Formats: sequence, C-alpha cells, structure tokens
Amino acid sequence: MTHHYDITLTINGERIDGRVEGRKSLVDFLRDDLTLTGSHVGCEHGVCGACTVRVNGEIVRGCLILAVQCDGAVVETIEGISDTGEIADLQEAFEKRNALQCGFCTPGMLLTAQELLASGKVPSRDDIREHISGNYCRCTGYHAIVDAVEAVAQARAGK
Amino acid sequence: MKIVNDLPSPLTALDRPNSYIGRAVPRPNLQRLTQGRAQYVSDVVLPRMAHVAYVRSPFAHARIKHIDKSAAEKARGVIAIVTGAELAKVITPWVGVLTHLKGIKSAPQHAIAVDRACWQGEAVCAVVARSRAEAEDACELIQVDYEELAPVTDPETALDAATPVIHPDLGDNLTFERSLDVGEVDKAFAESDAVVETTFIFGRHTGVTNEPRSIVADWNTGDQRLTVYQGTQAPHMMQNLFAKHLGLEEHQVRVVTKDVGGSFGIKVHTYADEMAVVALSKLLKRPIKFVADRLESFVTDIHARDHRVKGKIGINKDGTITAFEIDDLTGIGPYSVYPRTSGIEANQVVNLVGGPYACPNYRARARVVFQNKNVMCQYRAVGHPIATAVTEGLVDLAAAKIGMDPIEVRKKNLYADDAYPVTAASGIKFEKLSRHASTDKILKMMDYKALRADQATARAKGIHRGIGFASFIEVTNPSAAFYGVGGARISAQDGATVKLDATGAIFCHTGVSEQGQGAEAVIAQCVASSFGVSLDKVRVIMGDTDNTPYGGGTWASRAAGIGGEAAWQAGKALRENVLAAAASILQAKPDDLDINNGVVVDKGTTTERITLSEVARICYFRPDTLPPGFQAELVATRHYVPRTWPFSFTNGIQASYLEVDTDTGFIKLLKHWCVEDCGTVINPQLVDEQIRGGIVQGLGGALFENCLYDERGQMLNGNMADYLVPMAMEMPDMEIGHVVSPTADSELGAKGAGEAGTAGAPACVMNAINDALRPLGATPMTEMPFTPGRVLKALGRV
Repeated sequence: MTHHYDITLTINGERIDGRVEGRKSLVDFLRDDLTLTGSHVGCEHGVCGACTVRVNGEIVRGCLILAVQCDGAVVETIEGISDTGEIADLQEAFEKRNALQCGFCTPGMLLTAQELLASGKVPSRDDIREHISGNYCRCTGYHAIVDAVEAVAQARAGK
Repeated sequence: MKIVNDLPSPLTALDRPNSYIGRAVPRPNLQRLTQGRAQYVSDVVLPRMAHVAYVRSPFAHARIKHIDKSAAEKARGVIAIVTGAELAKVITPWVGVLTHLKGIKSAPQHAIAVDRACWQGEAVCAVVARSRAEAEDACELIQVDYEELAPVTDPETALDAATPVIHPDLGDNLTFERSLDVGEVDKAFAESDAVVETTFIFGRHTGVTNEPRSIVADWNTGDQRLTVYQGTQAPHMMQNLFAKHLGLEEHQVRVVTKDVGGSFGIKVHTYADEMAVVALSKLLKRPIKFVADRLESFVTDIHARDHRVKGKIGINKDGTITAFEIDDLTGIGPYSVYPRTSGIEANQVVNLVGGPYACPNYRARARVVFQNKNVMCQYRAVGHPIATAVTEGLVDLAAAKIGMDPIEVRKKNLYADDAYPVTAASGIKFEKLSRHASTDKILKMMDYKALRADQATARAKGIHRGIGFASFIEVTNPSAAFYGVGGARISAQDGATVKLDATGAIFCHTGVSEQGQGAEAVIAQCVASSFGVSLDKVRVIMGDTDNTPYGGGTWASRAAGIGGEAAWQAGKALRENVLAAAASILQAKPDDLDINNGVVVDKGTTTERITLSEVARICYFRPDTLPPGFQAELVATRHYVPRTWPFSFTNGIQASYLEVDTDTGFIKLLKHWCVEDCGTVINPQLVDEQIRGGIVQGLGGALFENCLYDERGQMLNGNMADYLVPMAMEMPDMEIGHVVSPTADSELGAKGAGEAGTAGAPACVMNAINDALRPLGATPMTEMPFTPGRVLKALGRV
C-alpha cells in the first residue's frame, strides 16, 4: 500500500536526498523529515495558507503538493528566506507594526506578501488585501498586515 | 502608511524615568515568529514519542455495541488500540457544573466514550502508532458496531415531553435556567408610548484557531512525573485537572506552554481527546502527541453563540427607554463543558442586556438545554455579542419606531458620565464608565454628519449604504466571582516573581500566558517601568507551571489588568530590595537613591552612584564585603487580585458604514470605528490590535460564520471551504480611539481590552444593514449571519 520514492531536491540552498511515501505532502516532508517547522499546517485542504512555501520561485500550498512532485525542485521556506535577508525589511515592518499576534500564519503571510512586493510596484490597499486573501489570520483582523506591507512597498519604491 | 517609531510619551502620574506605560513599544522576541523559529506544540518532538488518532462517532447519538480491533492491531506501526472502557481504568470522568450557577446539571463525561456516543465527532476509540499517518490508517480498519439512537437537535423542542432525554439520570434536557425580574416591567410596557418585539437568532460559531488544538503528554515512570506540552490559556488550571483525574499529586504534573497558534477561548477548556492523551501516556509509559486536524477541530473544538433571544423594549416619544425583556434559549451539546461550564454564556446574556442604559425595569429568562451536537462553551467575548446585538438591535428598532436618530436615543438613555458608581438593573456594577465621552468621540472620528450626507447622496444614485452603532460594555479583570466562588480551581489572582541576574538584567516569571495578545510585552513594560531598566534588560518567563507563580493564565481580558499589576508591584518590590543592597554598599540611605535606566542614582537626579551589574556582582560574588548582618534579597514576588469590584467593566461604542447590493444581497464593509475605554492603556498599539482583531472576529459571526447541522445532528460544513471565515479582501480598515477611565482598584488602573471588538461588531453591522434597507421597506434583519440570501429575503426578492 505504501510505496516509497527517492527524491533529490534543493531546500534553502542545501541539497537534500530523501525517501518519502508517495502520499506525503511537501509540508509534512519539510516539518517531519527535515524539522523545518517554520512552515505550518493549518487546514491541510488548501484554504488557510499557513503552509505556504516557494517551489521553483513561486509560492505554493505545501499541503497541496506532494513531496515526490518536488523531485529536482528548488524549495525555499521561511527559515531560508529569513537567513538570506531577502525579506528583512518586511519582517521588521511586521514586528514594529504588530502585524502578527500568535504568529502561526506569519511565515505564509510574509512569503505571500513578498510575492506581491517583488513586482516593485506600490500596490493599493485593496491590491494588498486581495493578494493576501488566501492567507487566513484569525488574530489581527488584517489591518496591521496591510499597513506593514504598504509601508514596505513605499519604502522599497523610495517613497 | 508609514510605520512611526515609538516615542516616549509625556510624563503621567505613573511615569518613572524609564516609563514604558502608554508606549507602543514592539513586542520582544517577535523575530522568533517572523523567522519561523517559534516552537508551537505541534512542533514538539520527544524521544520515543508516539502519535494518537481517534475513531470518531459518525452518529450524533448511538450506542456502542462492539468494537472490533483485530484488523487494526495487525496494521503497520500500531502500538496500541484503546477503547473508552479500557482508558476509564486510568482516568476518571468529570462533570461540568459550578455551585454558583444554581441548579446547573450535567452528566459524567469520559475521555473516550464508554458505551454511548453523544455527538458526531466524539472519540470512541484511540489508535496509538509510530506516526499520525499510520494511526489514521489503522483507524480505518476498526469496526465499530453502533446502534443509532434518536438524536435531540432542536433546542426549541428539547424540553418537550415527547423529546427523548439525552441523560435519563438527569430527568430532563434542561442544563440551566436563570430568571430575573427587576422593577415594574409589565407596568412600564403598559405605560410606554411604543413597544417593539422581535426575535434575534445567532449562528453557531467556532474559533478556528490557525494552529489546531495540540498536546504532547510525557509520563516519565522513572521520576513519576507527567510533563504536558499543551497549547492552553490556563496552564495551572490544566495541571490541577490532569492531576485530579489521573490520581496524581499536582506537583507530579508540569504543564509547559510555549508558542500557541491562537486561542480566543477555544483553548481554555477541558477536551476529552486531550484528557485521553495524558491518560494514554500514563498507560503506555511514553510520550504521546495529538494534534487535531482541521476536520476534527470543527466537530470537537467548542462551539459558541447559537442563541435565540426573544426581545422586547418599551420607549416613550421623548426617547426614554422604559423597559427591556428577553427570553434566551440556547442548546449546548450533550455535556456542560468542564470546568467552566456551558451555562456562563446565557448567564452573561442575562447580566449584560440593557447594561449601557439607565433603565430600571428588566425581566429576563435564559434556558440552556442539552442536544446531540458538538459541545458549546466560552469563546471570545462570552455572551457579549449576543447581549449587545439584542440590546442595540432593540434600541435601533425603537428609535425607528418613534422616528428618532439612533444616536439621540442612546444619548438620552446612557448613564451620565458623572453618575458612577452605578448598579445596573441586572445587578452588575460599574465603577467608572465614559458612555457619553465615548459617543461624542466616535461621532467626531467618523464625522457623523458628513457620513449621513454621503449616505443620502449615494441613496439618490440608487446605492444603499447604512450606518450602524453599537454601544457596549465588557467584563474584564474578573475576580474570584467568575469561577472560584463556584468551586472551580481556577485562579483569579496572579503572581509575578522578578529577580536581578548577575549582570544587572531582570527576569520576570509570571502566571499569565501568551497566545499572541502581547502579554509578554505588557509584563515587560510594567516591570521595566516600576523597577527602572530599559526594556531590553527584561526577560519574561511564562507558560510553565514549574517556573511561574500560581496564576490563572490569559482569558477574560485579564492578563494586562491583573498580571500587569502583579508585575508592576513585583518590580517596585525588587527596586526596594536592590536599593537596600546598593545603600549598604554605598553607605547611603535607601530613600535617597533610585534606579534610572539600569543605574542606581541619587533620587531625583541622574547622578550615577553604582550600576546594577556592580550591585549584582558584589551581592552574588563578594557578599563577604557587605556589612555584617546585611543579606541582599535580589528576588521579589507580588500577587494581585481585584478586590473592590467583582469585574472591571469597560465600555465603548462601535460604528459601521457599509453598502448593500440589493440585487445580489452582498454586503461590502466600507469602514469601521471603535472608541473603547479600557482604563490605563499600557501599550496603545497592542490595545488597538486587540480591538481590530476582535472586531473582525465579530464581523465573521455577523456575516459568514455558522456551524450548520441537519436534523440528524450531522455537521454539514465542517471544513474551511464551507465554514467561511473573514479573509483580508472582505474586511474594512478600522479606526480606533480611546477614552481613559482607570480603575482605582489597582495602581496601574488598567482594565482589559481583549474582547471589546468582538462584543460590539455584530450589533453595529446588523444596525447598519437595517439602516441601509429600512427605506426600502425591508423586514428588519435579526438572524445572523447576514448572508446574501437572507438579505434578498428581507427585501422580498426571493
């Protein structure tokens, strides 16, 4: 019933060789096999966005993609993206603006916001709201998150 | 949006040279959360740890005739399969009643159902395996032979003679009933110029914490101790309950709570499947982990609200409210939840209806009944969203009936700001509120006149916008009157222990806990301010029953007002101790010294006498150089519990501006305002964000959230695709303002702020919708959530 597959992928710049069951999701592989617990499991059916990670440069739901599908892929998680400093300004804005409370949605929220900000444009508040509307936050009511993302967009654009 | 750095505020009476009171300093240690380096219970891994999954009843009510484990026992990775009867030898059942809720009754509840399942989702068998996936695989192989029993699902008929009694030993399906009759209600209605009656219906909600309930229990048979890592709001309460039901001494149990992915009242209760985890650990002598998946969360995390309230208000032509009357009915599932009971929400509704208004005539009845659905219990703003919607809904309907502006009616009846202290008709006591100042402030913030003009302009173009208000009161800083007097071992007091380390930094150990509200920051601010160090020199230790003073935890908006005051007092006490040591070193008088920014100075100056690190060095490493007979005490503990008032009521008002699409029934929230008075504001940013988050939780209930059940007791939308929660796109920007009326019960004067947003938001959205639809002749909407279908129905379009 359970078939195992050998996979090789790059995670946060590191080559990883793994052996996974076919049914194992990417986020379970990251969390359980590699102890990269910064990606969170909130709903396991693709609604909450807590498991958001980057695969080959695009954000995906870590619960809706299987680890075996990521054979050969480049995967980036909140741990790796924090260490490279890519989103240091965004993280600082979240901390100063209290754009997080329990923090469970935050890694996914940051990766999603960074995707919007990477375009280099200054999005409107409605644009920001729409872009993060696949990431569930029960604590903040979103207003502070929109503030933080907006502030970083303006700062990056030199405004 | 520019993020402005926090600046020291002008001095207040509470200010000391290092005062952080009233400042929007960022929470310490947030990088842990933004970098994915937190440790939630779902992240905890221990050696020899096994995972449990549960076979759950597919029926709302069924006798368990036989459980066949044979195929599952042979499944890969399985360690043990345990039935309710087997586990009952390890853990005793409980009954969720409190003595101060007169007459409340419930039946014994087991960790795993023994011979009968009473709701769809109740665990009937546990499978422990090496991985969660293997445990779930084996659950599929367990054959349970059920005999389906008649379910009780409709609260309206739960008390009928023809309805089966869920727990025959109790005699009927009535959990709790409370009645109140104050003043001359019938006379007041008879003499009123107008009387309005309607029924308000509230959906069943659940918390949907982003991290589901999680627990790892580790019974170490070598040292005969149970360590429980649990995402809980009340570590000491859980320590007591685990010990009590496993037959252990409390000191044999340690509860550790690290990061918690959201709580909102969901994680302050006893859950049968979590009690089963501690019992399984004791039985199997190894760590056991349980993390609820989202689907089981929907059928096991407590639900709340689900009230039907018949309401009646009397009013005179001049706007004077003459009487309120309510009849509340709520169905709470098959058991009253342990240990806080499921009678509190209805009790709060009775306490709070009419609360903002100086109306002496009030009659109320609340009935709480059993049913075969998931259990209901206390969830953020317990009872407040219901009481506020009933009160404010009735006030608006009455205002419309006599043709008066809703604000004018409120101003006419709100207690005057100089009337306090006041005892309301229901008996609740207000120390000091600011009803009129709050109302005036929100009108200014929203520019009420301009908004009415905008509404009229839009209306002329066929765009239907509405303005709604909700005055509210909120119970915070509870004393022992909430639970302790009813016999529950839930601490109302809280403690703080502060100590000077060997380098001059401060550790503060506190009984309150953190689930994201910012309690850690507030405690650090209080200690830094009263002791006299910068914030980066304070480290807060919380969420560990071995290492914190006994306390209640974080719920009922108590952490800042109660835990903060204890920390403030402990910081002061340590300052005295440290100054005594410094004085003995300096051969000075303690009264002539102070601590400013981590340095002992001459009082009233910044003249440095000795650094804290030097005091610490001498006291810890060269005590031989201190005068004979002097012993430095570099640790101090203080406790605090409110004594003058059973609860510290806060107050405020919210306003909503929204647009209703009369073709589709969709509601667009344009803007939301809240003015809130939580006394002394310790950290304005954290208070504002508590209010914003709370508002959105209330908006979810008003517009989207509803646990739908069919007549057989099957939950129909138990997943996040079908149970709708607020997402960013649908939510408005929210403007928050404050009026400050400190409580005199504590030196800090802080009241709670955690639930005010949720208390008022549904009511003001309801009033705004009705304000938008009233000129169209729509039936007033009083059934939440206000779905597009219901809007169209109110308009007579479907």
